[in-house]
Amino acid sequence: MTTKIYIYKAFERFWHWMQALLIFFLVFTGFEIHGSYEFFGYLNAVTYHNAAAYAFIILIIFAIFWHFSTGEWRQYIPTKKYIKSYLNYYLFGIFKDEPHPTKKTVLSKLNPLQKIVYFCLKILVIPVMVVSGLLYMYYRYPQDTGIESININSLEPIALFHTAGAFALVAFIIMHLYLITTGTTITSNLKAMLTGYEEMEYDEEKNVQNEETAETIEILEIKDKDTQKNETEKDEKITVEINNKPEIVPQKESENTTNSENNKNNKL
Amino acid sequence: MKKILFSLFILFVIIVILVITLLIRDKETDINVLDKLAEQYVEDVKPSVDHSKFDVLKTKFNNANEVTKACLSCHTETHKELMKSNHWNWEREEYIKGRGIVYIGKRNAVNNFCIGVKGNEKSCAKCHIGFGMTHKMEAYTDSVNIDCMVCHDNTESYIKGDELGGEPDSSVDLNNIAVNVGKPKRSNCGVCHFFSGGGNNTKHGDLEMAMFEPTKEVDVHMAVDGVNLQCVACHKTEKHNMLGKIYTLSSMNRNRSTCEQCHTETPHEQNIINEHTIKVACQTCHIPVYAKVNSTKMYWDWSTAGKLRNGEPYREDDEFGNYTYLSIKGSAKWERNIKPDYIWFNGTASHYLLGDKIEDTAKTLVLNPLNGSYGDKESKIYPVKLHKAKQPFDPVTGILIQPKLFADNKGEGAFWKDFDWYRASEIGMKDVNLPFSGKISFIETQMNWLINHMVSEKEKSVQCIECHTRNNSRIANLKDFYIPGRDYSSFIEFSGKSLLVLTFAGVVVHGFLRIRNRKRIEIKK
Repeated sequence: MTTKIYIYKAFERFWHWMQALLIFFLVFTGFEIHGSYEFFGYLNAVTYHNAAAYAFIILIIFAIFWHFSTGEWRQYIPTKKYIKSYLNYYLFGIFKDEPHPTKKTVLSKLNPLQKIVYFCLKILVIPVMVVSGLLYMYYRYPQDTGIESININSLEPIALFHTAGAFALVAFIIMHLYLITTGTTITSNLKAMLTGYEEMEYDEEKNVQNEETAETIEILEIKDKDTQKNETEKDEKITVEINNKPEIVPQKESENTTNSENNKNNKL
Repeated sequence: MKKILFSLFILFVIIVILVITLLIRDKETDINVLDKLAEQYVEDVKPSVDHSKFDVLKTKFNNANEVTKACLSCHTETHKELMKSNHWNWEREEYIKGRGIVYIGKRNAVNNFCIGVKGNEKSCAKCHIGFGMTHKMEAYTDSVNIDCMVCHDNTESYIKGDELGGEPDSSVDLNNIAVNVGKPKRSNCGVCHFFSGGGNNTKHGDLEMAMFEPTKEVDVHMAVDGVNLQCVACHKTEKHNMLGKIYTLSSMNRNRSTCEQCHTETPHEQNIINEHTIKVACQTCHIPVYAKVNSTKMYWDWSTAGKLRNGEPYREDDEFGNYTYLSIKGSAKWERNIKPDYIWFNGTASHYLLGDKIEDTAKTLVLNPLNGSYGDKESKIYPVKLHKAKQPFDPVTGILIQPKLFADNKGEGAFWKDFDWYRASEIGMKDVNLPFSGKISFIETQMNWLINHMVSEKEKSVQCIECHTRNNSRIANLKDFYIPGRDYSSFIEFSGKSLLVLTFAGVVVHGFLRIRNRKRIEIKK
């Protein structure tokens, strides 16, 4: 049986699609500036690339604010749990039509592989692109006006970092576009990112879902019992905070109620 | 929470749209800047003096020196200004790094066209602003030998005679010219500067006959169908000291005539182009080609000079009527509509001077190395004409030979009359007090001629892609820096492309396996 869960909130979806649009545009204009092909004309490509870059930076600022104000940033903390099962799934299980090792929920919408990849994007690739991009833009030749205090003697290292990051991003996009099709159905992931709702299949009744929620909360807590026996108090505090955070708990409840409502509707 | 997010979202959309429109939109163009400049220079200034009313100019002049005396009777101190000028002295005091203070000019510099003035003064004086120049140059000290008319004749009828040491041609009506003097026009400057090197456009490439009455296509500033600027509009002159000089004979970054003196350092609408002016000279983009009308000489091979047919010197021409061979000058190559070469230049140059020992005779000797590099704060990229030549040097002493080229008669040892390298070199070197071993060899030399004229209309300026490209970038030879579009790291390029190919292949294989296995599973079911 299937049910619909509201996974991606309005801003999240807006952020995702704006980011997608901007990255596509930045990649397309960027590689023209890199000399890979001609399309807009060099001056236009540079002007558009710079404009899109500013828009992207503003978007990032809003996204960071959103991630911290909603606590969603915790979704991206990498975990070792289920990595093996996910690797197994994508390498073998997927061909046998096996189900995903975990289920998506509001509290844990990313699988452990996604967590690692998106974490790297957020912490490594995007910052490298933004920083090298700003240096690129405000680079003003040796010892002249502009960023004199930084005093960069050559554009080369900046440009090389920026190019390498661009290649990494394009590789990510290829992979990302393909993995969209690996949801419950081929289009379910795409639909979820468009509407916010994802259709889920359940083998059993409500109880199962509750169990899964519990499971995913465990993932959130980053508590791998085998490896993190000597975990510091700090982390424990955070987990306590998570569990006690008033904003999340009611959400969970409300989701559960909507789900049960959905279930009822489905039954009817 | 939803409301906050929604208002944030709206705010964000507004900001993004604002930023994008602000950045993409062209800044309002102040077209008036160029128009105002043009208006400033279009004024026809009427002189406050009518020279035809002076009695001293009505008396019949028997020779050119009398004209000068008449001029100086009113302009009593002008000769002092003039005798300090480079046009008179043919040399300047310059500081050259690593060499110190030197006096440099046509008297002691060596070029790779007609090589040098020494010993050939009588012929070369056709382009000196003086009379009676013989080979010892004593005429330099006497103010009556100043030729006022060559620069100030406004009738366009004044010409100097061939090989008369600077005297005017016998056809010239001195009295008519004396009452029709004024500010120098293009024709006054052009008679010398357009024909340097022995013929029209031979030396400069950007200064030639077509500039007497150029169209906008040839030169946007001097165009008769445009602003119609005279040379002295930019080469501003105070007390006969003119702005501007060519770095084949000067060394220091001073007294230059620049585009910025009218146009400022940031004249463009788009900031990204204004930024380029930190490292790119105006000329680099605004003179896409030079020698737009007539050919300019690109190569001069002295080593083949002296061949005779039936005992007589001869000439061979290319399809445009330029000589490819002259017995007196050797082989030549000419070109038209040339894309300039580009170099880093910081406003200082060095020079090979008569008597300098050549460091490495196996390498091309650059006679006027222009200083500069990417890392040098003062340097910008400039367009140049590279003139290459093979010219005589003494392999024993290792110095360039100053041959005697011109003489009135055969038998005086001048190469252009007797075609004997040995005698011409012996006499020439004796003239300049330099040793000559008796051996003559030829060395490849190069001169850098900065291109400053023949500025094109702005629509025709060099486009971004002509430099920012991997193939045939205009600045392909300037390798000491990274520019986007032209440069890349082959390692990153290879790894990046491999990554993309592997990712794509992985995705295709994975997808294919999924489709195949799904079908199998369905069949089983």
